[in-house]
Amino acid sequence: MYGVKTDWFEPSPGCHYDLEDYESLEARWCPGCGDHAVLTAIQRICRDEQLPPHETVVVSGIGCSSRFPHYMKTYGFHGLHGRALPLAEGVRSRRPDLNIFVATGDGDCCSIGAGHWIHAIRYNMKMVVMLFDNNVYGLTKNQTSPTSSHGQRTNTHPRGAWLQPIDPIQTTLGITNASFVAQTIDWHPAHLTATLRAAHKHDGLSFVRILQRCPHYTDDIFDFARNDASKILLMTHPDGVEVPAAVAKGFPNATSHDPSNIDEARRLACGEDGLPIGLFYRNPDAQRYDLFSIEGLATPRAEKIAAVRRVLDGYRV
Amino acid sequence: MMDVPTTEPLEIREHIVEFVSDSGEGAQTAGQLFASVCARSGAGVWTVEIIPAEIEPPVRSRAGASGIRIRFGSEEVTNMGDEADLVVAFNEQVLYSRIDQGALREGTVVVIDDVWATHRDESVKAAYNAAMEDFAERGYDVRPMPLDKETAKLTENTRRGKNVWVVGMLAAWYSMDLAPFEDEVARIFNRKRKGQAVIDANHKMLRAGHAWGQKNLPVRLRVPVEAAPKPKVVMNGNTAVAMGCMAAGIEVCSMYPITPATSASHYLAAAFDQAGGFVHQAEDEIAAVAFAIGASYAGKTAVTITSGPGMALKTELIGLAVMGEIPLVIVDVQRGGPSTGLPTKVEQGDLLHAVYGHPGDAPKVVLAPSTIEECFHYMVTARKLAETFRTPVIVLTDANLATGQAPFDYPELSEDWLSPPIDQSPWSGSTRPYEWDDKTGISPRPIPGQEGGQFVLTGLAHNEKSHIAYESALNQHAMEMRSRKMAALRASLKPPPVVGGDDGDLLIVGWGSTRGAIEEAVHTMRAEGVKVSSAHLRFLAPMEPGLTEIFARFGKVMTVEINYSDGDAIDIDQEGRRRSQLAIMLRSATLVDVESWSRVPGQPLPPSMIIGAIRDALSEDA
Ligand SMILES: Cc1ncc(C[n+]2csc(CCOP(=O)(O)OP(=O)(O)O)c2C)c(N)n1
Repeated sequence: MYGVKTDWFEPSPGCHYDLEDYESLEARWCPGCGDHAVLTAIQRICRDEQLPPHETVVVSGIGCSSRFPHYMKTYGFHGLHGRALPLAEGVRSRRPDLNIFVATGDGDCCSIGAGHWIHAIRYNMKMVVMLFDNNVYGLTKNQTSPTSSHGQRTNTHPRGAWLQPIDPIQTTLGITNASFVAQTIDWHPAHLTATLRAAHKHDGLSFVRILQRCPHYTDDIFDFARNDASKILLMTHPDGVEVPAAVAKGFPNATSHDPSNIDEARRLACGEDGLPIGLFYRNPDAQRYDLFSIEGLATPRAEKIAAVRRVLDGYRV
Repeated sequence: MMDVPTTEPLEIREHIVEFVSDSGEGAQTAGQLFASVCARSGAGVWTVEIIPAEIEPPVRSRAGASGIRIRFGSEEVTNMGDEADLVVAFNEQVLYSRIDQGALREGTVVVIDDVWATHRDESVKAAYNAAMEDFAERGYDVRPMPLDKETAKLTENTRRGKNVWVVGMLAAWYSMDLAPFEDEVARIFNRKRKGQAVIDANHKMLRAGHAWGQKNLPVRLRVPVEAAPKPKVVMNGNTAVAMGCMAAGIEVCSMYPITPATSASHYLAAAFDQAGGFVHQAEDEIAAVAFAIGASYAGKTAVTITSGPGMALKTELIGLAVMGEIPLVIVDVQRGGPSTGLPTKVEQGDLLHAVYGHPGDAPKVVLAPSTIEECFHYMVTARKLAETFRTPVIVLTDANLATGQAPFDYPELSEDWLSPPIDQSPWSGSTRPYEWDDKTGISPRPIPGQEGGQFVLTGLAHNEKSHIAYESALNQHAMEMRSRKMAALRASLKPPPVVGGDDGDLLIVGWGSTRGAIEEAVHTMRAEGVKVSSAHLRFLAPMEPGLTEIFARFGKVMTVEINYSDGDAIDIDQEGRRRSQLAIMLRSATLVDVESWSRVPGQPLPPSMIIGAIRDALSEDA
């Protein structure tokens, strides 16, 4: 199904929700767009984990990738350009019961929403953040993005992007309180799914950069790695993203990386040993703002009134 | 005031007293103490903070003037009034800042610390002496008093004790019992978690000031008051907004600091948790409103509190809340604009932005409380309207309401005021998330967690299922439905009451914090036989009905506002004249030739200024 080998997924005994329970309108992304693979992966994870669709919310900004919620039969919030993260934080703030996924593009997250990105990492509220990084503005038709490579020709820089790109992984690893930072690729469904599944299981904000191709503007940017798997550095570890041995075999260049080692994570992120995929860093003990924001959630109504009365009494004359 | 010793105090209906000092000398605390006791006795009270222009200003400087104005009287007091009757100044320089502001008139009693007359620094002495001559020339009733010398008998650090001594002295001046002052001192310092020793020391100061006053003051005054029939609370408008949020059962306040709105969030931060609420200080105003919208989408009632520059940043997201029909309360404590403008000063410059300032047609509710009491109650109203009509509601207050303090009836709280518990029952499968009622535009709202209610909220044009849809007819229909909610709400509103006479030569129309001053001016002018009335709008969008009919009963209609309009001085044709904001809205709604009189003084409009405007408006006709 969807070109994905089903034997890579665990069987789901006593399955209550089927894939159809997560499938909504037909995805209207271009044929060959990497976003399709991510949608399939998320629907499978939802099915495998039996996430009740009505207790699952997908929040997004604006961009091609941000159409994501429309294709899920869960609750969805297709927000504004750059604002997916604060919207999702608001949803999370008083709803510990919901499963939250965020879809955001490289323009959405790393340009117009860059301030929110830094703070979202610091807040570390439980949610899976998927950065669809196609190195370009897709929806608005081929403008330079903060992750466009130096010299990349776009409609705003027809003679080639003048600036060096931001590396979203190095940036995220530099933010205080980062708790889960991973990278995966749209052309490898098994790794994609395994990474997103690990992200979902993490208690905190999981930041997953998905290297994604835009068939119109950046179709070939990852050809170097797609044509030669040895250019990829597969990071594995029992605490990281685990892929079946058969899958790992496809990556001649692999390393065991302990995701609690942030210095090594930062070194690997520089890419000198190859294009890294897998989990760079995980800190399950990072402070979670959503554990603070839910305080007082169960306050009974009578107690609320009593509290207002107490406070008002302080101003009584 | 005559310097003839009398035994019987002179009765007066009201007085305006100001305390001014260097910041850190406690004039504000003293003023609050005095005002609280006045309010407790049943007097009408309105206080205005005098805020230094800088955070750590030099001593004895105009920029450093810090203090408070208290207008108190036998009846309800609704505004700060005109010039002060009595000013206590800890030095002559801070008094100059009040003179610059036009806060004094000929005959104002000036109590000033005489310590500077004998100061060892010659330049200080000279400055003081020059000022005393100048004050006399200006016609003030100057009373140098030994504030510092008397306080020095009780403390080493007179900068810390003078303020309470002065309150004791004033208690004698206004013939008030000392006991309530003692109680209030204990309350204030208990609240600040100071020990008994501090309370005792301040009680001593208070009594010393009182005794000195009884012995040395030639004249004593008395403002007769009747004990209030109902218990009251005293607070400023920002506190009232915060308490109102709690009383409305709002659960999330998401904000970014900005003067003069921030203190509302401070009060919430201190107490919200007791009512189960949570204050989020976001990374900017955009995130603040987005966070609130996210919480609301997930079924939790949310507020965001800001001022003009923050409103500008929130614009796009408020549009999303309109489009997605997300309940949301937005408080805009207006300050002077444009841009960073006058951060601490009052203006009513955000009306048009609130009502119209969004790309596309973005109908939403806009309310403006006109008193501090309304700041409290309108939060409950706003929360309910937001949920009933599935819409953002903007509450426009301003720096005048935010920092002014006045007593109001202790609210009779009710569980009905709280937001209802969030509905998590299964959604009726056939109901669409925007199943607009043709008459009211209202549709039922699915909340995440409701089984079968799944939908994707989007800011893109959408159909009743919330599917993206760009068809012409559908877009027309969806716009109509969102607009119809305003019509439905308007149908439930009453025309504004007319204060004064039902008809006459002039109708003043106002909105927001100017009500007290406008009505006082109207009453004063009517007592002189002038046929002027006023109407005050609380709902700006949708607007209260019946205006055309009311306007028709008056020879002339004029708004009084604190925002900019081209005055008569400028040579410009009527068509090109830039008018004040409410006037623009009223002209468009009623086709009546509504005049505007507006000023941007960076302070509340005193009644005398409005009286001047009324006189001018009527003399133009003559
Ligand atoms: C405030 C605002 N500014 C600009 C836009 C136009 N806009 C929509 S999507 C987008 C960039 C999309 O790029 P990206 O986030 O990388 O997502 P992609 O389409 O590539 O998935 C822009 C500039 C907008 N919708 N809102």
